[in-house]
Amino acid sequence: MKKIKIQSSNILLLITVVLFICMYTAGCVVYANKGFTHLQTFLNILINNAGLICVACGTTMVMLSGGIDISVGSVVAMDCMFLAVGMEEWKMNSITLMILVLLIGLVFGLFQGFCIAYLDIQPFIVTMAGLFFARGMTAVICKDQVSIVSDKLFTALSNTKLTIPFGGYVNKKGAMIMPFLRVSVIVAIICVIVTYLILKYTKFGRSIYAVGGNQQSASLMGLNVKKTRLLTHVVASFLASIGGICYCLNTMCGTTTQATGLEMDAISSAVIGGTLLTGGVGNVLGTFVGVLINGTISSLVKSNGKLISSWANIITAILLCFFIVLQAIFAKIKERSKL
Amino acid sequence: MSFPGVKALEDVDFTLKKGEIRALMGENGAGKSTLIKCLTGVNKFQAGEIYLDGIEGPIVNKDTMDAQHKGISTVYQEVNLCPNLSVAENLFIGREPMTKIGTVNRKEMNRRAAELMSNLELDVDVTKNLEEYSLALQQMIAIARAVDMDSKVLILDEPTSSLDDHEVEKLFNMMRNLKSQGVGIIFVTHFLEQVYAVCDGITVLRNGMLVGEYEIEDLPRVKLVAAMMGKDFDDLSAIKKEGDDQVSDELFIEAKGCSHAGTIKPFDLDIHKGEVIGLTGLLGSGRSELARVIYGADKNQTGTLKVDGKEAHINQPLDAMKLGMGLLPDDRKAEGIIGDLSVRENIILALQAKAGPLNKIPYKKQCEIADQFIELLQIKTASRETLIKQLSGGNQQKVILARWLATNPDFLVLDEPTRGIDIGTKTEIQKLVVKLAEEGKSIIFISSEIEEMLRTCNRMAVLRDGQKVGEISGNEMTQEGIMKAIAGGGSDE
Repeated sequence: MKKIKIQSSNILLLITVVLFICMYTAGCVVYANKGFTHLQTFLNILINNAGLICVACGTTMVMLSGGIDISVGSVVAMDCMFLAVGMEEWKMNSITLMILVLLIGLVFGLFQGFCIAYLDIQPFIVTMAGLFFARGMTAVICKDQVSIVSDKLFTALSNTKLTIPFGGYVNKKGAMIMPFLRVSVIVAIICVIVTYLILKYTKFGRSIYAVGGNQQSASLMGLNVKKTRLLTHVVASFLASIGGICYCLNTMCGTTTQATGLEMDAISSAVIGGTLLTGGVGNVLGTFVGVLINGTISSLVKSNGKLISSWANIITAILLCFFIVLQAIFAKIKERSKL
Repeated sequence: MSFPGVKALEDVDFTLKKGEIRALMGENGAGKSTLIKCLTGVNKFQAGEIYLDGIEGPIVNKDTMDAQHKGISTVYQEVNLCPNLSVAENLFIGREPMTKIGTVNRKEMNRRAAELMSNLELDVDVTKNLEEYSLALQQMIAIARAVDMDSKVLILDEPTSSLDDHEVEKLFNMMRNLKSQGVGIIFVTHFLEQVYAVCDGITVLRNGMLVGEYEIEDLPRVKLVAAMMGKDFDDLSAIKKEGDDQVSDELFIEAKGCSHAGTIKPFDLDIHKGEVIGLTGLLGSGRSELARVIYGADKNQTGTLKVDGKEAHINQPLDAMKLGMGLLPDDRKAEGIIGDLSVRENIILALQAKAGPLNKIPYKKQCEIADQFIELLQIKTASRETLIKQLSGGNQQKVILARWLATNPDFLVLDEPTRGIDIGTKTEIQKLVVKLAEEGKSIIFISSEIEEMLRTCNRMAVLRDGQKVGEISGNEMTQEGIMKAIAGGGSDE
């Protein structure tokens, strides 16, 4: 039997998971009559947040390397707008467009990563420029405020229901309704698994942790710090673009204001999931649970019906504080035990 | 391996034999780090050649990695590993064993790491994070990493400064172990005891020049200190003190059993009013640290401190300032000057802090004070509004001195106030110290130059390896007496 190491990072993850389970169970008990116990409610959280999950994977990677990327929300918006306008105005093939969107993500990340890693500019400033650029581009591409997608293939992809053969419920009319997933969820889960494996089992992944742990040490140990930082930003923007496609599959439109603040949701999910802002500690599974917690909060608020949706923000804020304080306490304990 | 002729270092030969532990000694600025940087490829050197066993002709190291490939590894004072990764990963990162599909083979990595640890007789669970282990073990893991890369030469740059006695002994065992395997070790330290405990030879540098290469038997402690400080016993002549010994009987500072974990062991120290007390010892012996505890820059963790007869609880420098104390730090770039503020603002800084942020000192008053000190200390500046970073080192030092004098302190700590400034200014500062004492102020004076301390101090406290080991006053205050005290007794200590 393998002993489970108890380390502060694990404890944080454990607390996150326990918290999620508690919240969800509480929801099931309190809002049982509003369908909270249905498997579909849980799946809806996944469906609604598929884009965010992809984006948050990238954000987690960047945070692990000790950086930050606040451009991703705008990149998602730009991607959606590009897809929508591309299909509606330029009448382009949706497959080509999706490939183009991914390429745009790569180039975007390459440029940001180059500025950060090789020109040694603060990641916050570089990605803030990226944020403004992408948001501005969104408006420039767009003719109206909103562009709605009607492309056949894309609509079909968006409407595909992946039915799950169990966990259904009988509705008021007596028909059996089976729970279902969307394509975007599958994409998001693949993103989580792939990033998890990259971080844990590849040289690149381990370098990210080393750079995040101590950049100077990493370079003295012969790791290519600059290349690692560049690549994390490329991967983050690429994942943001995948997230953009997922997001568009959900909303089926491009608007100038959509996905505003998505980068902050991604960062908060990562922090709630146990990723340290200073880098080096955390993993994407935690982030995944973090996203679920955020999703559960909004579901709870929605189920209540009386509260306005902004309460979700306040609860998230409280949770964030809780986790940051917790991290600080663990850091202090560690420091104490060393002396 | 030999290494002749570098400019910042001048004409230094350095030889290290296989299976030898050689101490590299010297005071600040002696050129130890420059020498090491040349060896490891961090610095380029203009003249001279390095030869390494097994490689024909002189070798050139492009960077630290290159040096490492050739077999020269360095372990630095601060552990340069990643605390958030496992021990095994720290040992193998950058050269991990891979599986066939190109992922990191963790099993193999952990197995080899465990093997390496048991070879070095270290009791470490390699899958745990590095931060779970003490600094000493981390240090040894860093060494293990270096050793595993087939090092022929291992450079240990002050590896013991954060270790306790037991941990140091462990490290030494490991060094002896490596030595028997034929690894040559360069050991940089300023702990004399440790040199005599583990080294075979000593190379002493001073002012970028080679003083000599000695076998350990040929160089007793006192001679080593003399070699480092640059005084031969023959021409030691007592220097007449200029200040007079009229010291008040009243105590200003009374410290009993004060300490700060990791920097200075418990000490007692009395300082009279109007007295200049010198803290002497080699670099890293705890001179500055002792003063920092009294001033509250490092928290006093044990013992009691009485200031002017009353027990004082100094938790932060501001408390100390309110008690009439001031500290002139030794690293004026990092702790002293604020380069982008003007001379006036730098002078007024401590006074303003003491007055509190709400009682802004009127501009006119500020100018008056600034002008007064520029005049008094003869600070050479274009105007009081010149930015301090445009001044020379000596004048910057005077500005900081002025900052503390402006608060009209009863007690001043001057940590290396004359380092890096010209002779003329040095003498002025020494005179000023004596004058301040005559006015009834108490002063702690710290300097690496014994001569200077003899000229200014009434009494001296001697420190060694983070501990106050004695006091010298009166007739014992000669260069020879001080050096003997610094060097300590025999190797049985």
